[in-house]
This record gives sequence, structure tokens and C-alpha cells, in this order.
Amino acid sequence: MNTTAPAAAGFVTQTRYRKVRDRIVELVLLAAGLVAMLTTVAIVAILLYESSAFFEHVTLREFFTDTLWTPLFADAHYGIMPLVAGTLTTTMVALLVAVPLGTTIAIYLSEFAPNRVRETVKPILELLGAVPTVVYGYFALQFVTPLLQMIIPDLPGFNMLSAGLVIGLMIVPYVSSVSEDAMRAVPRYMREGSFAMGATRLQTALRVVVPGAFSGLAAAFILGISRAVGETMVVAIAAGMQPNLTFDPREPAATITAFIVQVSLGDLPHGSIGYQSIFAAGLVLMTITLIFNVIGFFLTRRFREAY
Amino acid sequence: MMDSTNTVRSAAEGGSATDSRGRLGIAMDDTRKARRIDVKAAVENLNFFYGQNQALKNLSMLIADKQVTALIGPSGCGKSTFLRCFNRMHDLQPDTRYEGSIMLHPENINLISRQVDPIEVRMRIGMVFQKPNPFPKSVFENVAYGLRLRGVNNRVLLAEEVEKALRNAAIWDEVKDRLQDSALALSGGQMQRLCIARALATRPEILLFDEPTSALDPIATARIEELISTLRDQVTVLIVTHNMQQAARVSDYTAFMYLGELIEFDEAAKIFTNPSKKATEDYITGRYG
Amino acid sequence: MAAPMHESIEALRAGLTRRKLLDRVFVIIGLTVMLACLMLLAMLFLQLVRDGWPRFTTEFLTSFPSRRAEQAGILSAWVGTSLIMLVTAFCAVPVGVAAAIYLEEYAPKNWFTAIIEINVTNLAGVPSIVYGLLALGLFVYQLDLGQSIAAAGLTLALLILPVVIVSTREAIRAVPKAIREAAYGLGATRWEVTKDHVLPYSTGGVLTGMILGLSRAIGETAPIITIGALSFIAFLPAPPLSAEPPFVSFQWLSDPFTAMPIQMFNWVSRPDVAFQSNAAAAGAILLGMTLLMNGVAIWIRYRFRKKINW
Repeated sequence: MNTTAPAAAGFVTQTRYRKVRDRIVELVLLAAGLVAMLTTVAIVAILLYESSAFFEHVTLREFFTDTLWTPLFADAHYGIMPLVAGTLTTTMVALLVAVPLGTTIAIYLSEFAPNRVRETVKPILELLGAVPTVVYGYFALQFVTPLLQMIIPDLPGFNMLSAGLVIGLMIVPYVSSVSEDAMRAVPRYMREGSFAMGATRLQTALRVVVPGAFSGLAAAFILGISRAVGETMVVAIAAGMQPNLTFDPREPAATITAFIVQVSLGDLPHGSIGYQSIFAAGLVLMTITLIFNVIGFFLTRRFREAY
Repeated sequence: MMDSTNTVRSAAEGGSATDSRGRLGIAMDDTRKARRIDVKAAVENLNFFYGQNQALKNLSMLIADKQVTALIGPSGCGKSTFLRCFNRMHDLQPDTRYEGSIMLHPENINLISRQVDPIEVRMRIGMVFQKPNPFPKSVFENVAYGLRLRGVNNRVLLAEEVEKALRNAAIWDEVKDRLQDSALALSGGQMQRLCIARALATRPEILLFDEPTSALDPIATARIEELISTLRDQVTVLIVTHNMQQAARVSDYTAFMYLGELIEFDEAAKIFTNPSKKATEDYITGRYG
Repeated sequence: MAAPMHESIEALRAGLTRRKLLDRVFVIIGLTVMLACLMLLAMLFLQLVRDGWPRFTTEFLTSFPSRRAEQAGILSAWVGTSLIMLVTAFCAVPVGVAAAIYLEEYAPKNWFTAIIEINVTNLAGVPSIVYGLLALGLFVYQLDLGQSIAAAGLTLALLILPVVIVSTREAIRAVPKAIREAAYGLGATRWEVTKDHVLPYSTGGVLTGMILGLSRAIGETAPIITIGALSFIAFLPAPPLSAEPPFVSFQWLSDPFTAMPIQMFNWVSRPDVAFQSNAAAAGAILLGMTLLMNGVAIWIRYRFRKKINW
């Protein structure tokens, strides 16, 4: 056998062609990667651009201290607080559902469930997060609210409680899957150390695994919060769209997202202050979720690095 | 440059032993047929860095043409790193740096030079890896892949070359009836011989083996060793091995490395019977490693 | 010091019995919570089917929306959704897969790549309605696409881009390094390694990501409400194929539209009870489509995992 390959002819030109092609492909792929970056830039730019027009009319002081949000009324007020209050209330209710349920499921799946059960249940559970939110809205309005009205007779048809409960259900799979990942990242030798001292599974789970996975669990909750804050359709359908400065979940109120939907449903002229107000609201929403996402990002990174 | 009576051995002392035609005169001992042995590659003052870490320190040696050269040494001594310099696999990792030269004869091109395209180097120098790594494609497509990369699409030619490579790798009889089956269905030893066939199909000038039997059972190992011995007639072989008996069995020349340095390089018979350095002797006799 | 911590072996056993009981109690709690969540999902589906039952007729699929609940249908909605999905898939899949390949196979480890990576992670967490605002400001007004199918499709494409990127990257990462080395060792270029090996062996994951992304897009309501989808559309967009040359038309891209989730939202928010039944029927169909897509994705993932066992 000799050193010449069967296709030695044209070998050099062909190699050059293949190298050039590799380079061109790289540039095309890089361009695709840049789309993600440009999207972020575009989001920030659009929100800032339209909001800056809004803040020419409304002072920051008014925006953060006025207790009324009525940008579409003749007597317009631009206080974001009622919307923030609505958002926080529904989020709190959602967390009260999602955190205990999500954590319990995660502990069960990670520490107790046989492999077969885990492999079967996880994808089914994830379907909960795949249900279109508008369907969840219908569920909240037509099923959960009537059910709640049997317990709380004077509960209005639109209320934050039912919207919050349903959002909670929606983010359960999210919280449980991030938590479970974190718990499974706790190395086996830590569990074995605990078992060797005569601990039961539950004791090992609660005293060794959960503390060991703490930053991961925190990340799961925080990312859950970010989801709940950004949820739109459930609140728009089930919580009513009237801004209302209250922290009582039994009352109807608008969230930041619901307000944007409400304005979008009408036909607001491009460039009017009403139009600009949804971008200002969007900017607040984006800032809140961004903060939670960044915290969540660093927490998940921490648990991935820890072991 | 140098006079042509230098032996391969002298390269271990850092001297360049090649003459202008890249030929090496060698005095063979009585058990071998005396003949002139060409130099296939000359490593000179090779340094290699991972970032700030120097992994190879000033290596110089000659690789004899159509002979088997084994690299031995304790784990972490840099033998695999050294092997991977020959086909520029390190270029795939960021922040790696070569210094010195590996001249490929007879053209005298420096394999590790920036001007030399790593892809071209890899098309001329084949490699067989520690763990058998066939593609999850058919047996035939695995062997044909390298040829297809070179633009060979003629089916008759491909079939011919694939068969030749499989025969050379002593696996033809076992797979001739299942060329279209997935390569992942083969046994570990068969997979490794398939990987050898895949590397042979493009007729490389040097074939690099990176601990090719460490994932195999003793019977499969014996077959691979036998195969490597027969390959000697066709191709220059450079093999990294963890197993000293293996090096003694298959190699013509053996280099002992320790902590990124070349300690001793000589004919295999000499290294294993009468090493000149204390460190080599300690390793050979199992005192460390 | 030599005294045992427990008074007697009996006390130790009693404690152990209690601890083991707690273990069992927790298993029951865990199972209950899990089953409760799954039950709720089933209940949700049943509720929709029950409420929407009278509307499951062929006319419902072939009628336009109407002021009279019994005559209203989802023709324009499902046609709109199909066309939007076409645009979304056409944009998000190639860009997402290409970006994933870049990040996994090509990108050097430097600050620039790190920024792109953080961006992708961040985009996955941006609320969908913010994408709606982006689309309203950018696509509808700046690029003057109007309230069209193209604008909606592009918006949803951006929205699912992170999903496609993340799942493609996971699939690519599952291809062992040894396979890449084998191909590089034979002198393949990066692109040859990618197209001959990495992509073919990760097809399952790529497909899964694509379907999961589309299943998310199909149910998204908020961003397309924001760009101003009309919910009362009693006509269809221009057909993409026609009998006369040039046979293919792109007029439909700039037509106004409605979509399944929008139509459902419109019906849900009407006070008239009769429309709730329409909403439920539309919701059941929408949910059915989503669950089906997810089911297919799970099945593909399972099958491919079985096929290639490294």
C-alpha cells in the first residue's frame, strides 16, 4: 500500500474548497446566534424608546406614588402601584400553591420514586406546563371560581384568588423539575453517609439532600416567581381588568400584564399616551422579571458548580 | 547536515540524525534483517502547552518508516499528548500551543507549523482511539467515510477500497455479510478493528494508536496486537500503550516518557532488556507507574 | 462516655418504627400530590369536552365566527393558526438549530459567546407579552408589517427560539466527543463533522425541540393580542396555492387574521353564556392539539434514545 490516496488528484483544491465552505458556514451560523442577541437589544430598545415618550408626560414621582391607574379616562392618572399590587397578589397566591406542591413532588420523584415511575410521571407532569394559558383562564373562570364561591359565598366572579391558584398549578411542573434537578445533583456519597448512620429516606431527604440542594431550590422558586409575574391570560380572563390597589386576593384587580391586554384589545392610535403607557408598564414588568431571572440564573449556576 | 551513520538511538540525546534525504543508516542486530531504515518523521525540540501548563518538554526523536514505535510511561507522562501532536488534535481545543517541529519526510513539512492546515495533516495521518468509536452508521459507511470526505463517490471504487481496508484490518471475513448492518452491533474487538479499517481506508502515511486495547478483553487485545504487527509492512505505526508487555511484543522502537520529558529512546529489545537510564529500569521493573 | 445514647433497645426500636412510619406517610403524600395534579389536568380536559360537547360538529370547523353562538365556528381561527405556525416553524427552526450548532460546535470560549449564551437563557424567561410589545413596536409599526400573519408568525418565532436552541443544544451535547474525534481524525472539517455526524445523530432531540416549541407557540395568546389580532374575521387569508401561474402566492402573509387562542379568548370574555360553550369546544381542540404535539415529542425522544445507544 502506498502513500497516495485514491482521490489524490485535485486533493489540494478540494481541501481549500472544503475549508472555505467551513468558514462560510461558520459565518451563517454566527448570524443565527446573533439573532438571540439582537432580540434582546430590540426588546430593550423598543421598551425604552416608547417609555421615554411616556415619561415626558408623566413624572417618575407620579408614576410610582399615584394610587390610581386610569390612563384611558378623561381624568387620567398614571400610578403603576395598583397594577404592581395586583401582580404581587396573584404571584403570592400562585407561590403558596406551587412551592409546597412542587417541592413535595420533587422530593418524592428524586428520593422515593422508583426509576420507572419517575420516567413515566415526569413527562406527564410537564404537560401541565404545556397547556395553553388561555385554556387555564377558562378553567379558572368556569371551574375554580364557582368552586371557591361555594366556600366563600360573596366571592366576586372575577377575583385574584382563583387566577392565582390556577397559575400556581401551572408552574408546579416548572418548580418541581428545577428542584428535582438540583436534588439529583447532590452526590450519592452524601446520601450514603446519612443512610449509614441509620437515617430513613425522609430524614436523609430533609436533612441532607434539601439543604445540599438549597441554592437550586431557591432558583426554582425564583424562576417560578418570574413565570407567575409574567403570566397574562389567566389573570386577564379570571381576575378582571380593573386596576385596584389592594392586596386582598378575594377582590378583582388588574395586573401589569392584564392591563397591556386590555389596552391592546381596544384600538388605540399609535403614538398616543395610552399606547405609550403599555410600553411603560411592559418596562416595569420586564425589569421585575429580569431581576428574578438573573438571581435564578446565578443560583442555578451555583448548584451546578457546587458538586 | 549530519553524517548518515547516526543511529536512531542518537536522536534520544537530542541530536538530529537525518541527512538531507531524510534517510537514516542503522546498524541492526543479528536477529533482524539488516537494511536501511528511512526516517518518516523527525521530532525536534517539541514543546507543548495547555494554556500556561507545559505538557511536553523539549522532545526530540525520530520515527522510523514502516516500523512500530511505542510510547510508554506512567499515566500523565504526556504520551497521549505527544501522540495527538502528530495529527494536530490539540487544535480542536482552545488555548493550546506548539513549539519546535515535527518534520514529515520525505517532503520535509512541519506538521505543527501554523502554515500547515490541520485538516490536511489529519487526512495524511490516521488515528485509532482508546475506546472504539465507530459512527452509528453501517459498517460500510464507517469505512467509506474518509474516502467520501476526499470526494470519492464512485460506488465501485468505494466498494473496492472498503473491502481492501477491511481485509487489511483482518475483519473482512467477520463482516462481509453484514456490511449494511449498524457498526454499533459489533463486539468491542470488532469495533476497534473496524476503526482501524476506517483509518486504513484513506491510506495514511502514519497511523497513530492511542491505547487501542485498553477497553478490550485479552482475546480481542491479542488480535489487535497481531494486526498491528502485520501493519508494519504498510504504514508507519506510532502506539501509546499503558501495557509494557504490549510495547515489548509489538514495537521495534520504544520511547519511555516521564513528566512530559523523553527519558530514553531506543530499540525495543534494548529498552526492555538493558535500559541505560535508572528511571526506565524502575518503570520496566514495576517500581512505579 | 461508654453509655449508649438510647435507654434500651426497645426505645430505639420504637423510634425507628415511628421514623419508618413517617417515611411511608411521606410517600403517600407525595403520590397524592402528584396524582392530584394529574387529576386536575384530566379534569380540565373533561370540563372542556363536557362544556363544549354540543359544539363538536363539522359546522363548527367550517363556519366563520358569528354573533349568534350556535352558528359561530372556528374556520378562520384554525386556518389562521395553521398559517402562523407555518411562518413560525419556517423562521424559528433553521435559525434556532443554526444558533445551537454555533454555540456547541463553533463558538470559541470568550466573553462574546458568554453574552450570547446569557441572552438565550434570559430570553427564555422573558414574559410572552413582552414579545408582544416588541412585535407591536418593531414589526407592526417600524417594519410596517401591520397586523398580519407575517408579524404574528415572526413574533412567535422569536418567542420559541430559546426553546429550539436549548433543546437542540442538549441533543448535540449528547453526541459523544469520541465520535467527533473519530471524524476529525479522518480529516473532516467542522462543518463536515456537524452535517455528517452531529446533526444526524441528534435528529431526535432537534425534532423534539421543534415540536415542543411549536406546541408552545400554538397556544400563545398574549403576544398576538398585543399586535392587535382581530377576533372577528369572517373571511380567509388569500390562498397560498392557486391554479394559475405562478401557483404560489405570498399575499396571505400580509393578510389580517385570527387564531385559535384569540378566538377562544374572545368567546370566554363574552358575558353571554352560550358563547362559553364555543370557548370550551375551541379550548378542547386547542388543548387536544397541544397534548398531541407533546405526546409526539415524548415519543420521538424515547424512540431515538432507544435507537442510538452509545
